[in-house]
Amino acid sequence: MTVATPTVVTRAQVEDFLYREAALLDDWKLDEWQDLLTEDAAYYVPPNDHLDGDHRTTLFLVADDRERIRQRIIRIKDPNCHAEYPRSRTRRMISNVRILDVDKDLVTVAANFVCYRFRRYERIREYVGGYRHILMQSGDSFRIKERRVFIDAHELGALGSVSFIL
Amino acid sequence: MRHRDRIDRVSDGLISFDACAITKATAMSARSYIIDDRERKTFLLDREVLVSEDILRQEMSRIFGRCWIYVGHASELKKPGDFRSRKVAGRPVIFCRDQKGEIHCLFNTCRHRGAIVCTQREGNVRRFMCIYHGWTYGNDGNLIRVPGDDAYAEDFDKVAYGLRRPARFEQYRDFWFMSLNRDIEPLYDYLGRAKDYIDLVTDQSPSGRMEIIAGVQEYDVAANWKLMVENSVDDYHLPSTHSTWLNFMANSGVKIEPPKEEGLVLPTKGLAIELGNGNFTTDNINFRGRPVAKWIPLYGEPAKAEIAEIRKELVSRLGPERATRVADTNRNLVIFPNLVINDGSSVTVRTFYPEGAGKMHVTAWALGPVEEGESARARRLDAFLTFYGPGGFATPDDVEALELVQQGLANWAEDRWSEMSRGMGKETEQLNSDEHHLRIFWRRWNELMGAPV
Repeated sequence: MTVATPTVVTRAQVEDFLYREAALLDDWKLDEWQDLLTEDAAYYVPPNDHLDGDHRTTLFLVADDRERIRQRIIRIKDPNCHAEYPRSRTRRMISNVRILDVDKDLVTVAANFVCYRFRRYERIREYVGGYRHILMQSGDSFRIKERRVFIDAHELGALGSVSFIL
Repeated sequence: MRHRDRIDRVSDGLISFDACAITKATAMSARSYIIDDRERKTFLLDREVLVSEDILRQEMSRIFGRCWIYVGHASELKKPGDFRSRKVAGRPVIFCRDQKGEIHCLFNTCRHRGAIVCTQREGNVRRFMCIYHGWTYGNDGNLIRVPGDDAYAEDFDKVAYGLRRPARFEQYRDFWFMSLNRDIEPLYDYLGRAKDYIDLVTDQSPSGRMEIIAGVQEYDVAANWKLMVENSVDDYHLPSTHSTWLNFMANSGVKIEPPKEEGLVLPTKGLAIELGNGNFTTDNINFRGRPVAKWIPLYGEPAKAEIAEIRKELVSRLGPERATRVADTNRNLVIFPNLVINDGSSVTVRTFYPEGAGKMHVTAWALGPVEEGESARARRLDAFLTFYGPGGFATPDDVEALELVQQGLANWAEDRWSEMSRGMGKETEQLNSDEHHLRIFWRRWNELMGAPV
């Protein structure tokens, strides 16, 4: 029996998926989050001054292949990852979800986000920007092939670091 | 009265400490912020220097107003008309290349009423026009247009109204520095033996030319700027602060053996070396792989052949001994007061400025040879991110450590002195994991701040 690939992708499907992803990240369910990734998944945070840069020629903030993502998660779950111990509390708001492109089983989607980050009792940090995901259709849901995070601030500045998964 | 209080407080905290040394350090007319007792092999730093806004104000004139301060790298200005605007030591400046190819550092302040004249961070222009009244300057700083200039007296001289510039502006191997101090020694002399260590970095390039790679990392750290100087060269902290990085390296097939030699805290030996004028470096036998040119499994099998080629080129150009220096050592260099060039997992150029006593703003770039091929450049950038930067596997934990120091220093008045004597008890060479190089910084800083010699 073959599984039929859905031919029409709806915004509601994409929204459901992005909300689920956000919940897993905010809840630090990072192993479950990893299950959403394809085996060749990549995670990029381009530098604030070159949002459209290529990580092979431009210094990024984060440019992880699948193995590096695995290692990043091992690191940030470790109590010796001082930047994330105690863990940041984050809360993501996702909106303005748009399907930019559908090419066979690949769906490129854009969304706006605000990610509020709290650590200890210090100031609130607001990461504001856009997501661009390349999703691969998988059954009636998706897996993430590429995840690109654009930070709107002109520089990281008071946001400090991106030691958690943004 | 103040001195008396201070001595009491110190004595409370350090019962065994010789009150004589403290009296000597504090009872003179000018103040010393360190207790540097070579006889007792003790070095203490007054924590007030990390929290005081008064001291910060003095630093702005006595340190940043007096030293050579890094502005930028010539490679950031490839073509005539290219410019970068940035803040250097709190001063907004334009770092630019004029139509003739000359590089300038101009104060980004209109001579008319003081507005910023260049509002873009980077670009290419022939002139900078102030949006307020339209005074317009060439990219060499000359005033070329004043709207309605017939309303000025006849002896109004446009030539006298070019953009102001720092008293001195000089370069070494494309690293440009400014100084607000007209009487400072030439940059060449100021750098002293640090030049050899800049050469070791630029020797990675067959033509001796390095370039700043696109993509700047700018972030704040809620800590005093001098803590970043310490952190950039302090190899003592690596095992405790960066255990997750060591773990990542191990997971990536880079076996890092515990130290075998007595006295080492790191797997290989490294030295701390004084270079004159408050400049210093670490000089370590590499154990972590280097894009130029020491392969580690992290780079992947296909990279092996290319790294062997890079190494072959180094040996044929520089000879085996120098090639080993370039490829098999890593060095974290500090040019006093606030330029750091780390030639480690990759090369990073980093500078930082105070924004208040308890906050700094860091700017960091990656540096690579101009002729580097696509795959080698990609590997260099990837290696950078394994350790450095706000999303790296090590820097965020450094930031955390520095911020915890700053938070702890809220108790400075009751717990006044930082301990920095590590290595002083030894007759032998000073290691990267000792605190010799930190003491070099603090002695120079203390001297410039006007402490009695």
